[in-house]
Amino acid sequence: MIGLYSPGHSLVHRAPMLLKLVLLSFAVLGVGLLGELWQLSLCLFAVAALFLVARIPLGAAWKQIGPILWILVVAVPLQALFAGWATAGLMAGRLLIAVALAALFTLTTTVTAVLEGSQKLLRPLRRWVDADRVGLLLALTLRCIPLVAEIVTEVIEARRARGTQGSLLALAVPVVVRSLYAADAIGEALAARGLDD
Amino acid sequence: MSTIDFDDVSHAFGERMVLRGIRLHLTEQRIGIVGANGSGKSTLVRLINGLIKPDRGTVTVDGLDVARNAKAVRRQVGFIFTNPDNQIVMPTVAEDVAFTLRRRGLTPIQIATRTQAALERFGLDQHADHPAHRLSGGQKQLLALAAVLVAEPAIVVADEPTTLLDARNSRRITELLLGLSQQVVVVTHQLDLLADFDRVIVIEDGQVVADDSPAAALSAYRGLLA
Ligand SMILES: Nc1ncnc2c1ncn2[C@@H]1O[C@H](COP(=O)(O)OP(=O)(O)OP(=O)(O)O)[C@@H](O)[C@H]1O
Ligand SMILES: [Mg+2]
Repeated sequence: MIGLYSPGHSLVHRAPMLLKLVLLSFAVLGVGLLGELWQLSLCLFAVAALFLVARIPLGAAWKQIGPILWILVVAVPLQALFAGWATAGLMAGRLLIAVALAALFTLTTTVTAVLEGSQKLLRPLRRWVDADRVGLLLALTLRCIPLVAEIVTEVIEARRARGTQGSLLALAVPVVVRSLYAADAIGEALAARGLDD
Repeated sequence: MSTIDFDDVSHAFGERMVLRGIRLHLTEQRIGIVGANGSGKSTLVRLINGLIKPDRGTVTVDGLDVARNAKAVRRQVGFIFTNPDNQIVMPTVAEDVAFTLRRRGLTPIQIATRTQAALERFGLDQHADHPAHRLSGGQKQLLALAAVLVAEPAIVVADEPTTLLDARNSRRITELLLGLSQQVVVVTHQLDLLADFDRVIVIEDGQVVADDSPAAALSAYRGLLA
């Protein structure tokens, strides 16, 4: 998702999106109930095996999981101080497994699959919610993340090129204005593609 | 070919008259539109698929009034914008092409087949699963073309599709547009790309001031600029 998707044809990629989501939820809950370090270690191995099965490139996996490791480097000693190493280890293991599984989900699932899945989920509610519209909204929200990121980068670069430094407001105003123009243009393009109904 | 008709069309934004009494009967396959900045070209072509509704007069596509049947007309008229970034909706290349085919009563397999064919046609099959926003400018415009043509519209309208591209990609996109079996209407400032068009229309201050073969229309336009 969001350009995080790591293309592939493995079992993990091909598994139905809803199944993956349900398994992810149960796994995260289940790991929360495990109380022994050796159980968590086994789970970590299983998660690592899943990454191997999905053939996720090391770099892509690191990008997702690396940040949480930095947090753990600080959080584990702190918690060890207050609650002991065993508790700190359990917390670290649970967090790591949850983050890794969530990362595996985003790395192996396309937005289209998530859209279709959410539409299936919303079907019983179709008298009150237009599932297609919710899906479109979701897609557009995801689409806006790289777009706004790009705008922010360009505005920062333009400021640097002109040698100006300024308040956060001076950065926010051009970003908001340009985002609104982009939103307008995307709306027009959507209409042109016949999706404005 | 389809028929696009402008019957005494005028349009204003607020106080400013942008188009005045346009009458055009377009039946040629490849139609170019040129004119100075702000002369009204974008407004003119946006009328063709109902993105703008005229203040006065009617625009029809194959007899269908665009203002009243915008939805039906948009299925017939594909539109390419200057900035392909604004046209990309979905995160990956293949998903964006497939997105056009939603709500058309096709099975997932039909959608996948047609998407794959469109990607191959525009040399994007290698990038099917790549993030669309990381493509180069030229590839993004190819993606926009693929996403429009996968729906097989009868008419393709393009508003300065090559303005953001380098000379090589400009030529490539123009050649692709000229090679389509569809009727194409292209707005451009790159006059050297117009030689192979069937008809070129010059717009000045909201009016048609020349409407001829490329050579004749361009010499009229150059006279205007001098
Ligand atoms: N949405 C709008 N609101 C107000 N004025 C507009 C709007 N769109 C266009 N105009 C004005 O209408 C006039 C014609 O605009 P249009 O975009 O059709 O020109 P153009 O020939 O496409 O120019 P360019 O070559 O710069 O793209 C311009 O003066 C422009 O400022
Ligand atoms: Mg324009």
